[in-house]
Amino acid sequence: MISLTVNGQSRQFDGDGDTPLLWYLRDELELTGSKFGCGMGLCGACTVHLEGDAIRSCVTPLKSAAGKKITTIEGLSATGTHPCQAAWEKHNVAQCGYCQSGQIMQAAALLKKTPKPTDAQIDSAMEGNICRCGTYTRIRAAIKTAAGVK
Amino acid sequence: MKPRYGTSFPAPENQGTTLPVAAAAMLAAPKTVSAIRKMTEEAYAKHRLDNVAVELLTTDRRGFLATVFSAGAMVLGANLLTGEADAAVTWQPSVYLGFEPDGQVVILAHRSEMGTGSKTALPLVVAEELDVDWKKVRVEQAIGDARLGSQNTDGSCSVRDFVEAMRVSGATARLMLERAAAKKWGVPASEVKLSMGTVTHAPSKRTATMGELVSIAATMPVPAKTELQFKKPEEYRYVGKDVAIVDQHNIVTGKAIFGMDAKRPGMLYASIERPPVYDSKLKTFDDAEALKVKGVEKTVQLPPFKQPHLFQQMGGVAVLANSTYAAMQGRKKLKVDWDLNPAHANFNSTAYKQELFASVHKPGKVVRNRGNFDSAFPGAAKKFEADYYMPMLAHAAMEPPVAVAEWKDGKVEAWCPTQDPQGVQGAVAAAMGIKPSDVTCHVTLLGGGFGRKSKPDFVVEAALLSKASGKPVKVVWSREDDIQFDYYHSVAAMHMKGGLDSSGKLESVLFRSAFPPIASTFAVGQEYGAEFEVGMTLNELLFDVPNIRAENCPAKHHVRQGWMRAVCHLFHAFGAHSFVDELAHLNNSNYVDYYLKTLGPDRNVDLTKDGVKPWNNGQSTDTFPFDTGRLRRVLEQCAAKSGYGKFQNTKHRAIGIAAHRSFLSYVATAVEIAIDDHGGLTIPHVWTVADVGQTVMPDRVRAQFEGAAVFGASLALMGEITADAGRITQSNFHNYPVARMKSAPQKIDITIVESKAPHAGVGEPGAPVMAPALTAAIFNATGKRIRELPIKRTKLV
Repeated sequence: MISLTVNGQSRQFDGDGDTPLLWYLRDELELTGSKFGCGMGLCGACTVHLEGDAIRSCVTPLKSAAGKKITTIEGLSATGTHPCQAAWEKHNVAQCGYCQSGQIMQAAALLKKTPKPTDAQIDSAMEGNICRCGTYTRIRAAIKTAAGVK
Repeated sequence: MKPRYGTSFPAPENQGTTLPVAAAAMLAAPKTVSAIRKMTEEAYAKHRLDNVAVELLTTDRRGFLATVFSAGAMVLGANLLTGEADAAVTWQPSVYLGFEPDGQVVILAHRSEMGTGSKTALPLVVAEELDVDWKKVRVEQAIGDARLGSQNTDGSCSVRDFVEAMRVSGATARLMLERAAAKKWGVPASEVKLSMGTVTHAPSKRTATMGELVSIAATMPVPAKTELQFKKPEEYRYVGKDVAIVDQHNIVTGKAIFGMDAKRPGMLYASIERPPVYDSKLKTFDDAEALKVKGVEKTVQLPPFKQPHLFQQMGGVAVLANSTYAAMQGRKKLKVDWDLNPAHANFNSTAYKQELFASVHKPGKVVRNRGNFDSAFPGAAKKFEADYYMPMLAHAAMEPPVAVAEWKDGKVEAWCPTQDPQGVQGAVAAAMGIKPSDVTCHVTLLGGGFGRKSKPDFVVEAALLSKASGKPVKVVWSREDDIQFDYYHSVAAMHMKGGLDSSGKLESVLFRSAFPPIASTFAVGQEYGAEFEVGMTLNELLFDVPNIRAENCPAKHHVRQGWMRAVCHLFHAFGAHSFVDELAHLNNSNYVDYYLKTLGPDRNVDLTKDGVKPWNNGQSTDTFPFDTGRLRRVLEQCAAKSGYGKFQNTKHRAIGIAAHRSFLSYVATAVEIAIDDHGGLTIPHVWTVADVGQTVMPDRVRAQFEGAAVFGASLALMGEITADAGRITQSNFHNYPVARMKSAPQKIDITIVESKAPHAGVGEPGAPVMAPALTAAIFNATGKRIRELPIKRTKLV
């Protein structure tokens, strides 16, 4: 039995501990905001927070999340008022939108550790998150807005 | 080991006799080249807007909209009359606009949303002409239904083809509601005005909500189009302004529902092992270990497809389980033996490239002829020739193919991210032996499409597996499945020759191209492009040159082909504009000066004089001429904005530029590159100037061109799918890389030209200019001319 906390709620899982966190979140808890994109930690669409750090839930086995606090896009802010979410809306970042939960979770983790990031810090932090629609310039702009930097 | 066909399915050969006509047509092989042409062209042919008709839909005629509108609602349908060929067909609305008695306005979005914003843009036009508060409008995604008109969302035409119908619908409804109020109050209709959702009679200071008037309006005749009064552009509240897409808030909060997020009670999850070589068959398989994986419920054999492939599923073995992970784990434990198709089992990209070049080094089918290239070229003062190449590409949308289907009582209900819900109905119906109208296709948001999701093979898989298991089934493609079993964007080789006079002026041009056409997916043995394929750049170079010959050379196919965003323009524009840039350097000139000279004076080019029936995206050249003036203006403006002419190119920093007409739009893009001492390349700045005619949502237009700059840079820098022994070599983003934040352009300036011209394409035309502009910039920095993509194959330092 694996116990973990997801978006403030305590959860128990009694299946295969190698199950990636992503599929537990999506198939069992029906938290579908975290997306499947590659299954190898290469695209960042599945990004969630584990104890506040951005992780790729598609390659994170549940057993390594035991006893830990997980936050998904659904738990980032109940009403969508996290500064990143607000900035994403202000800049009309999303095109198809599929990767954007992961992008926002990655950006939120960056700003928690580095509240005023430089362009280079933003680029390095976001390098693992792919957007096929090509919204990168708006993502960078939105992160700066959320951080209050120019 | 189990026999080839289990109890789940008969082989498709045994399936055919009782199919309904429409379904049978999906399976029937086109018999002639012209039938194939027709088929491929129909896939691209769009409504030609001659007229729009609006009609009131009584409740008995809106059964298929039952979940959208209440019985008390007034529902208007509008259609596009598609010209004399279709004038006789039954009236089929494409736009549905409903007024609920509670005052809510509901607008049906019948096109698929994959990131272009058309789900917002088209309803916005209705709301504008109707003059209601956009915040009070509910946009509902339509299911697939032929009565909605064309829903196949490709070809950059949603706004172009439907904006007029939206305007007419909105203006019609406004007039009907005003007349209803006039009737209710006994006043002249001319004194009544609907504004921001409220109907007012100013002289008596009476007002009414739309909801109060619905029951009266619903009994009134629909006004003729000549009675309608349209808003003037300066009165627009929404059109031309920056409006957020309707799904934006749900996207940033993780609530938006994509195909990947669809779920049905009791649903099983499926992962499918498909034949690794195209058109191969299952020999035997052993599922003993797979069935031991916890959560795995069963395995199902999927039958091989029967040529022509069309949108059939590929065959293989599916593992069905109670979770996605269990299905994927079970699949890994399958032992599968294939009977590989010898026609494709030796497909090797390196050898194939030589085959394609051999093809373009021989004369092909002439698709354009002006003057006489053969007599002009030998006497040229200067001669130049070059070969260009673009490899096969995979679409790799962020959301891999995925579908949920439920077979029940001889009917199928599907939930999927499709660009073409009516295509889903047809393909699923053909596979199941039922009528297309017995397939209900719910369209979710698409996590990117780029052309891949207009092919409904993955929905067919889900439907077959639901029938086999008796439960709803969700088929989830892994990224490996997506990259290894795509409908690939075709590889292309080009051969170009130019003859110049002593002043350097281009006097003769030969342009040859070979690529496996999409018709090869629809019929066995097709090796030449259809009109729409050669009509993308190959036969429409806008050169003021007296001798031009274009030829399409044959190319065999070894995978299923399916075009990606910008289609044949991607490689043809790369060849054509690289060629212009090379000629410019040969003459100590630059691209801008040399192309402007080659383009000649401002005029509308008449390609029919060269024996070409211009494809022109299925549109008339009267409405959408080949206007060299518009191309010249975007190029000049882009050169000025980017400082192209004054840019001091060095080995570390350089600029390149290209201008191209595609999807009826005119686009120029300049690309600034930086190269470090180790040959590492970045793109500090991109400038795009686009003339796309009128626009509805300028911010989404800019977004599409920003995205196209990234998409075009990505494929030019690193896009390459190869095959060896018939199998695709790449499998995920580590070996099929796409642009990330650092490799994408760092800064993108988009200028949308103010225009009164008709709405033209937006989603695709930004992509083709990127590869030639990038490689031109690399040449300006390094002196290295990259004629074969991707750029990563060339060492820059």
